Amino acid sequence: MDSKRRPIHGGISRNPNSTSKPAMAFHFLRALSHIRLTTRRGSSLARRTLRIRRAAYASMACSAGTRRAWSRALLRKLRSPAPRRGASVLPRRAARTTSSPDTDLRQALALRRLVPGGAAMEHCELLEETADYIRCLNAQVWLMQAVVHGLGDLSN
Amino acid sequence: MSSRRTRSRQSSSTRITDEQINDLVSKLQAVLPEARIRRSDRVSAAKVLQETCNYIRSLHREVDGLSERLSELLEESSSDQAAIIRSLLM
Repeated sequence: MDSKRRPIHGGISRNPNSTSKPAMAFHFLRALSHIRLTTRRGSSLARRTLRIRRAAYASMACSAGTRRAWSRALLRKLRSPAPRRGASVLPRRAARTTSSPDTDLRQALALRRLVPGGAAMEHCELLEETADYIRCLNAQVWLMQAVVHGLGDLSN
Repeated sequence: MSSRRTRSRQSSSTRITDEQINDLVSKLQAVLPEARIRRSDRVSAAKVLQETCNYIRSLHREVDGLSERLSELLEESSSDQAAIIRSLLM
Protein backbone atom coordinates (compact mmCIF):
# COMPACT_ATOMS: atom_id res chain seq x y z
CA MET A 1 0.00 0.00 0.00
CA ASP A 2 2.79 2.40 0.88
CA SER A 3 4.68 1.68 -2.28
CA LYS A 4 1.71 2.73 -4.39
CA ARG A 5 1.16 6.02 -2.67
CA ARG A 6 4.34 7.71 -3.74
CA PRO A 7 4.46 11.45 -3.15
CA ILE A 8 4.64 13.50 -6.28
CA HIS A 9 7.78 15.34 -5.36
CA GLY A 10 9.74 12.38 -4.10
CA GLY A 11 13.36 13.09 -3.44
CA ILE A 12 15.59 16.02 -4.24
CA SER A 13 16.18 16.47 -7.92
CA ARG A 14 19.79 15.99 -8.85
CA ASN A 15 19.64 19.02 -11.05
CA PRO A 16 17.60 21.56 -9.11
CA ASN A 17 18.34 24.27 -11.62
CA SER A 18 16.20 23.22 -14.52
CA THR A 19 14.06 20.27 -13.52
CA SER A 20 12.52 21.27 -10.24
CA LYS A 21 10.03 18.50 -9.65
CA PRO A 22 8.02 20.28 -6.93
CA ALA A 23 7.60 23.35 -9.16
CA MET A 24 6.61 21.17 -12.08
CA ALA A 25 4.14 19.25 -9.96
CA PHE A 26 2.61 22.45 -8.63
CA HIS A 27 2.09 23.93 -12.09
CA PHE A 28 0.79 20.73 -13.62
CA LEU A 29 -1.61 19.79 -10.82
CA ARG A 30 -2.99 23.28 -10.70
CA ALA A 31 -3.58 23.16 -14.45
CA LEU A 32 -5.22 19.74 -14.15
CA SER A 33 -7.50 21.01 -11.43
CA HIS A 34 -8.44 23.98 -13.60
CA ILE A 35 -9.12 21.72 -16.57
CA ARG A 36 -11.36 19.55 -14.45
CA LEU A 37 -13.24 22.57 -13.11
CA THR A 38 -13.81 24.08 -16.53
CA THR A 39 -14.67 20.85 -18.31
CA ARG A 40 -18.28 20.90 -19.38
CA ARG A 41 -20.34 17.76 -19.27
CA GLY A 42 -20.16 15.93 -22.58
CA SER A 43 -17.08 17.77 -23.80
CA SER A 44 -14.92 15.62 -26.00
CA LEU A 45 -12.10 13.49 -24.77
CA ALA A 46 -9.89 14.79 -27.56
CA ARG A 47 -10.31 18.39 -26.55
CA ARG A 48 -9.54 17.66 -22.92
CA THR A 49 -6.51 15.59 -23.98
CA LEU A 50 -5.14 18.54 -25.92
CA ARG A 51 -5.60 20.84 -22.94
CA ILE A 52 -3.80 18.38 -20.69
CA ARG A 53 -0.94 17.98 -23.13
CA ARG A 54 -0.64 21.73 -23.39
CA ALA A 55 -0.58 21.93 -19.59
CA ALA A 56 2.20 19.35 -19.54
CA TYR A 57 4.46 21.40 -21.79
CA ALA A 58 3.48 24.56 -19.94
CA SER A 59 4.49 23.11 -16.60
CA MET A 60 7.81 22.00 -18.08
CA ALA A 61 8.44 25.47 -19.44
CA CYS A 62 7.37 27.15 -16.19
CA SER A 63 9.64 25.04 -14.02
CA ALA A 64 12.63 25.75 -16.25
CA GLY A 65 11.57 29.38 -16.45
CA THR A 66 13.55 31.76 -18.63
CA ARG A 67 16.85 30.14 -17.77
CA ARG A 68 16.88 27.96 -20.87
CA ALA A 69 16.52 28.79 -24.53
CA TRP A 70 14.17 25.85 -25.10
CA SER A 71 11.88 26.90 -22.24
CA ARG A 72 11.84 30.51 -23.43
CA ALA A 73 10.88 29.32 -26.91
CA LEU A 74 8.20 27.08 -25.46
CA LEU A 75 6.79 29.89 -23.29
CA ARG A 76 6.67 32.17 -26.33
CA LYS A 77 4.87 29.56 -28.32
CA LEU A 78 2.37 28.81 -25.56
CA ARG A 79 1.53 32.46 -25.13
CA SER A 80 1.02 33.13 -28.81
CA PRO A 81 -2.64 33.35 -29.84
CA ALA A 82 -2.50 30.48 -32.33
CA PRO A 83 -1.34 27.30 -30.58
CA ARG A 84 0.39 24.75 -32.78
CA ARG A 85 0.33 20.99 -32.50
CA GLY A 86 3.20 19.41 -30.66
CA ALA A 87 5.97 21.09 -28.74
CA SER A 88 8.43 21.69 -31.53
CA VAL A 89 8.67 25.01 -33.29
CA LEU A 90 8.73 24.77 -37.05
CA PRO A 91 12.20 25.71 -38.37
CA ARG A 92 12.44 29.27 -39.59
CA ARG A 93 14.18 29.50 -42.95
CA ALA A 94 16.00 32.71 -42.08
CA ALA A 95 17.69 31.50 -38.94
CA ARG A 96 20.08 28.93 -40.37
CA THR A 97 22.77 29.81 -37.87
CA THR A 98 23.95 26.25 -37.78
CA SER A 99 27.62 25.53 -37.53
CA SER A 100 27.09 21.81 -37.25
CA PRO A 101 29.83 19.54 -38.53
CA ASP A 102 28.90 18.27 -41.96
CA THR A 103 28.76 14.62 -40.95
CA ASP A 104 26.13 15.31 -38.31
CA LEU A 105 24.17 17.81 -40.32
CA ARG A 106 21.20 15.60 -41.07
CA GLN A 107 20.77 14.50 -37.46
CA ALA A 108 21.36 18.02 -36.22
CA LEU A 109 18.60 19.32 -38.48
CA ALA A 110 16.21 16.66 -37.19
CA LEU A 111 17.13 17.61 -33.65
CA ARG A 112 16.49 21.28 -34.34
CA ARG A 113 12.93 20.45 -35.26
CA LEU A 114 12.39 18.45 -32.10
CA VAL A 115 13.80 20.84 -29.52
CA PRO A 116 11.81 24.06 -28.98
CA GLY A 117 13.71 26.99 -30.39
CA GLY A 118 16.27 24.64 -31.87
CA ALA A 119 16.20 26.22 -35.30
CA ALA A 120 17.99 29.35 -34.13
CA MET A 121 20.61 27.73 -31.92
CA GLU A 122 24.30 27.32 -32.47
CA HIS A 123 25.43 23.71 -32.66
CA CYS A 124 26.96 23.62 -29.19
CA GLU A 125 23.98 25.40 -27.68
CA LEU A 126 21.71 22.88 -29.39
CA LEU A 127 23.53 19.97 -27.77
CA GLU A 128 23.39 21.54 -24.33
CA GLU A 129 19.76 22.58 -24.61
CA THR A 130 18.81 19.13 -25.86
CA ALA A 131 20.29 17.42 -22.81
CA ASP A 132 18.37 19.74 -20.52
CA TYR A 133 15.17 19.39 -22.54
CA ILE A 134 15.40 15.60 -22.27
CA ARG A 135 15.94 15.76 -18.51
CA CYS A 136 12.87 17.94 -18.21
CA LEU A 137 10.80 15.70 -20.47
CA ASN A 138 11.79 12.72 -18.34
CA ALA A 139 10.68 14.54 -15.20
CA GLN A 140 7.37 15.49 -16.78
CA VAL A 141 6.68 11.94 -17.94
CA TRP A 142 7.52 10.65 -14.47
CA LEU A 143 5.15 13.22 -12.96
CA MET A 144 2.30 12.29 -15.30
CA GLN A 145 2.80 8.59 -14.57
CA ALA A 146 2.62 9.35 -10.85
CA VAL A 147 -0.62 11.30 -11.32
CA VAL A 148 -2.10 8.46 -13.40
CA HIS A 149 -1.19 6.05 -10.59
CA GLY A 150 -2.70 8.35 -8.00
CA LEU A 151 -5.94 8.84 -9.89
CA GLY A 152 -6.08 5.17 -10.72
CA ASP A 153 -5.86 4.29 -7.04
CA LEU A 154 -8.70 6.64 -6.20
CA SER A 155 -11.15 5.35 -8.73
CA ASN A 156 -10.66 1.76 -7.53
CA MET B 1 26.16 28.46 -48.54
CA SER B 2 26.27 27.32 -44.95
CA SER B 3 29.98 26.57 -45.22
CA ARG B 4 30.73 30.22 -45.84
CA ARG B 5 28.88 31.13 -42.71
CA THR B 6 30.60 28.35 -40.81
CA ARG B 7 34.03 29.63 -41.77
CA SER B 8 33.28 33.18 -40.78
CA ARG B 9 31.79 32.00 -37.51
CA GLN B 10 34.81 29.92 -36.65
CA SER B 11 37.16 32.80 -37.26
CA SER B 12 35.45 34.83 -34.53
CA SER B 13 36.79 34.91 -31.02
CA THR B 14 34.57 32.07 -29.79
CA ARG B 15 36.16 29.19 -31.68
CA ILE B 16 34.33 25.94 -31.08
CA THR B 17 36.77 23.08 -30.79
CA ASP B 18 36.09 19.49 -31.68
CA GLU B 19 36.86 18.66 -28.10
CA GLN B 20 34.07 20.87 -26.86
CA ILE B 21 31.65 19.25 -29.25
CA ASN B 22 32.75 15.76 -28.24
CA ASP B 23 32.34 16.71 -24.62
CA LEU B 24 28.80 17.93 -25.20
CA VAL B 25 27.97 14.83 -27.25
CA SER B 26 29.14 12.57 -24.45
CA LYS B 27 27.02 14.55 -21.99
CA LEU B 28 24.09 13.99 -24.29
CA GLN B 29 24.88 10.30 -24.41
CA ALA B 30 24.75 10.25 -20.61
CA VAL B 31 21.16 11.49 -20.65
CA LEU B 32 19.99 8.73 -22.98
CA PRO B 33 18.67 5.59 -21.31
CA GLU B 34 20.92 2.55 -21.20
CA ALA B 35 18.60 0.61 -23.48
CA ARG B 36 19.34 2.98 -26.36
CA ILE B 37 23.07 3.35 -26.09
CA ARG B 38 25.31 1.62 -23.62
CA ARG B 39 27.13 4.42 -21.89
CA SER B 40 30.39 2.53 -21.86
CA ASP B 41 30.42 2.20 -25.62
CA ARG B 42 32.20 4.77 -27.66
CA VAL B 43 29.71 5.57 -30.38
CA SER B 44 29.88 8.13 -33.12
CA ALA B 45 28.39 11.56 -32.64
CA ALA B 46 25.99 10.88 -35.49
CA LYS B 47 24.70 7.80 -33.71
CA VAL B 48 24.20 9.72 -30.48
CA LEU B 49 22.28 12.45 -32.30
CA GLN B 50 20.16 9.87 -34.07
CA GLU B 51 19.30 8.05 -30.85
CA THR B 52 18.62 11.40 -29.21
CA CYS B 53 16.08 12.25 -31.89
CA ASN B 54 14.44 8.85 -31.51
CA TYR B 55 14.33 9.22 -27.75
CA ILE B 56 12.79 12.69 -27.85
CA ARG B 57 10.14 11.45 -30.28
CA SER B 58 9.31 8.57 -27.98
CA LEU B 59 9.08 10.94 -24.99
CA HIS B 60 6.72 13.20 -26.94
CA ARG B 61 4.59 10.18 -27.78
CA GLU B 62 4.59 9.16 -24.15
CA VAL B 63 3.38 12.62 -23.11
CA ASP B 64 0.59 12.28 -25.69
CA GLY B 65 -0.42 8.87 -24.37
CA LEU B 66 -0.33 9.96 -20.74
CA SER B 67 -2.36 13.06 -21.59
CA GLU B 68 -5.04 10.86 -23.08
CA ARG B 69 -4.95 8.53 -20.10
CA LEU B 70 -5.26 11.48 -17.71
CA SER B 71 -8.12 12.83 -19.78
CA GLU B 72 -10.00 9.56 -19.36
CA LEU B 73 -9.24 9.42 -15.65
CA LEU B 74 -10.36 12.99 -15.04
CA GLU B 75 -13.71 12.13 -16.49
CA GLU B 76 -14.02 8.86 -14.57
CA SER B 77 -13.13 9.87 -11.08
CA SER B 78 -16.18 10.94 -9.16
CA SER B 79 -14.47 12.20 -6.02
CA ASP B 80 -14.27 15.95 -5.70
CA GLN B 81 -11.03 17.37 -6.97
CA ALA B 82 -9.94 18.68 -3.61
CA ALA B 83 -9.66 15.14 -2.32
CA ILE B 84 -7.73 14.12 -5.41
CA ILE B 85 -5.22 16.92 -5.13
CA ARG B 86 -4.86 16.35 -1.41
CA SER B 87 -4.17 12.69 -1.76
CA LEU B 88 -1.70 13.26 -4.58
CA LEU B 89 0.26 15.69 -2.48
CA MET B 90 0.50 13.44 0.59
